[in-house]
Amino acid sequence: MMEKIDLSRVYGPSDDVVVREIEGEIVIVPLTSGIGDLEDELFTLNETARDIWSRVDGSRPLAAVVRELAAEYDAPEGLIRDDVVGLLQELFDRRMIVEKG
Amino acid sequence: MPARSYVRKVPSSGAVLWGASGPALARLDIELTERCNNDCLHCSVNLPAGNASARTREWPAERWTGLLDDAAGLGCLVVRFTGGEPLLRDDFEPIYLHARKLGLRVMLFTNGTLMTPRLARLLRDVPPLEAVEVSVYGMTKETCETVTRAPGSFAAMRRGLGLLGEYGVPFIVKGAVLPPTRRELDEFEAWAAALPGQAGAPSWAALFDLRSRPDARRSALIAALRIDGEGYVRLARRRGEEVVDEWRDFCGRSGGARGDRLFTCLPSAASAAVDAYGRLQYCLGLRHPDTVYDLAAGSLREAMTDFLPRLREKRSADPAYAERCGRCFLKGLCQQCPAKSWAEHGTLDTPVEYFCGIAHAQAVAAGLLDRGEKAWTVPDGSARAKRRIGS
Repeated sequence: MMEKIDLSRVYGPSDDVVVREIEGEIVIVPLTSGIGDLEDELFTLNETARDIWSRVDGSRPLAAVVRELAAEYDAPEGLIRDDVVGLLQELFDRRMIVEKG
Repeated sequence: MPARSYVRKVPSSGAVLWGASGPALARLDIELTERCNNDCLHCSVNLPAGNASARTREWPAERWTGLLDDAAGLGCLVVRFTGGEPLLRDDFEPIYLHARKLGLRVMLFTNGTLMTPRLARLLRDVPPLEAVEVSVYGMTKETCETVTRAPGSFAAMRRGLGLLGEYGVPFIVKGAVLPPTRRELDEFEAWAAALPGQAGAPSWAALFDLRSRPDARRSALIAALRIDGEGYVRLARRRGEEVVDEWRDFCGRSGGARGDRLFTCLPSAASAAVDAYGRLQYCLGLRHPDTVYDLAAGSLREAMTDFLPRLREKRSADPAYAERCGRCFLKGLCQQCPAKSWAEHGTLDTPVEYFCGIAHAQAVAAGLLDRGEKAWTVPDGSARAKRRIGS
């Protein structure tokens, strides 16, 4: 059963990946085995995901991240929440983020 | 999983990450040591494993980790650890881990003889993201140790491969076509294809460079092992007649003659090599003093953004080069380059007869030249090659 992202929980980058910034792109490089489908691939984030990623640092619950982004972009929280949960679920399933604390 | 994907896979080359100008450094080759526990007939980097002088001069781990930090800072994605035998270094493991923790992919070139369960486990748990490349120079103890000249190396290499297989570490075996191994080529390819853990087609080298660190005796030994042009073509045809078609097409697409340009190899545009003592080079084979940058007295950034770009602009002033290489349309086939010229003649731009002969034999096989015809005498060579693309 796949674990679902919970807005009340705190998430942050996994120790199983290395996160680099190259030419303004966030590049996620697998460090330990079993990350991603093919181990010789790198991963980058789309523009929406980059904005979210910088805030998913293990310091606050995801709901706080949603509120911050909604305020910054003056956008409905529901819309922002869909993107945050969508991204976090994808990263979580790939073992690129973990629950912190 | 949402219908929309936020995470994009990019090819491991990372080519899509950079704009038109490309990165300052995409790949760094590091010769961790000049020493090797084998003493292969054809090798150009193999001081004895116990050579104290070399060992003393080798950069310590902290210099390498500092250099790796700088490389990552320049956007480097791949580092290749080679030698000599890189696993001879007691500090290989921390250097390797440092590279991986910086998010670098690691290519490891090894003879496999020093593989241990501990290291195989590490390569499984923190994978290099590239198949480990293992040199295999013989299918029997007798053949292998005739090449390696190191008693016990055959069993040790097989043990090392066994460990990689046992721990599920992808690897690729690489052979060498030498007088002792030539008759084993079929057996080598069949054995390699059936190896558990083998991550791709086995490869073999057939064209060997002379010593880039001058050593007349060893260079003479290597020269005596070399295959001639027709032999090379016969060998290449083992992979099918399409290989010859590729030569013809590649030649037709590789542009005109090189004129007085010395550095024409594209892959090196954003790469560099560093020898065991911290000297940065255009590639591992090019050790001409005018082309070497001492990292102890400078920085990797300066080497990549100033020293190497200026070096790449260097032109030949040798009339023989202008007459032959400068007008030759076989540029895409020929291995002529400053590194080969340095190893053979101690210069950057002297035509190397051996590689010239190999390229001409390929061109004859591909129908680009008549036997005895010299490519640089063909006035419309590039047009001829273009006309024959796909024929």
